[in-house]
Amino acid sequence: MRPQAYANAMNDETSRAFFEREIGQLLDSLYGAALRLCRNRADAEDLVAEVAAKAWSSFGELKDRQSFRGWIFRILTNTYCSVCRHRRASPEIAVDLDEEGGEEASFCIFERLHQPFLLWWGNPEQEFLNKLLRRDLERAIDALPEAFRVVVVLAELEGFTYPEIAAMLDVPVGTVRSRLSRGRACLQRALWEQALAAGLVREDGGIPAAAAAEEGKGP
Amino acid sequence: MNEADDISCEEALARVFAYLDRELDEHAHGEMERHLRRCRGCFTRAEFERRLKAQLRQTGSSEAPAALQTRVGQLLGRY
Repeated sequence: MRPQAYANAMNDETSRAFFEREIGQLLDSLYGAALRLCRNRADAEDLVAEVAAKAWSSFGELKDRQSFRGWIFRILTNTYCSVCRHRRASPEIAVDLDEEGGEEASFCIFERLHQPFLLWWGNPEQEFLNKLLRRDLERAIDALPEAFRVVVVLAELEGFTYPEIAAMLDVPVGTVRSRLSRGRACLQRALWEQALAAGLVREDGGIPAAAAAEEGKGP
Repeated sequence: MNEADDISCEEALARVFAYLDRELDEHAHGEMERHLRRCRGCFTRAEFERRLKAQLRQTGSSEAPAALQTRVGQLLGRY
């Protein structure tokens, strides 16, 4: 083997080893994010497989290997968004995406639980969080409008910074901030409504004693 | 440091998410920390949001099914 060919082969080998190791470590996060984006397992698996293929074929374009995680999530986000665009015959009717929201913009579970006229001996917000299950959170995320969901997944689930998300989505940082803020409010409203429907909280912000102490017993 | 340096509860609540997201500059972050040390109400609110954030963060990862792991492995094997 000529020296240059040997160097290339070595280089390919280390690239592959690096890629394999990185994607192996990130696979559960990629799949976790894909599940919340696609909202079903089959599409999420297809999405991650497609992302892995795209990432591997353009791996040479990644200049700084330290930024692998951001780079591959950018591919995930872009691939997901282009799949969405293809599937929709007409663009989704945007929910006043970048305007200030109305009531939804300020919904906050904490304030609901802290009604001034309620006397609390316990710790209602802790109690609320203690009862929150992973599937409750997943349901609430899945119910978010798509543009909010993407930002919530990247920021809250995957921990990317606002500037990183802005670069991934090709939008200004202010847009990320506003979508995230509205996404959070929608999410809290959905969690609150689920808790109301399940009888875990009351409309007035109280937590029924029965839900806390006597689960399963009749009235 | 005197009380006059403290930000209001209104300002603190407006910044609570940016604070938890670590998106505030050093000065604003410091103001928040000082306020939270002093104000129990805002501290409780910040703790609620911090815990909710942590619970959300846990949903960001899901064990990839064996079939997906195989697909990704095969993909690399092909080159």
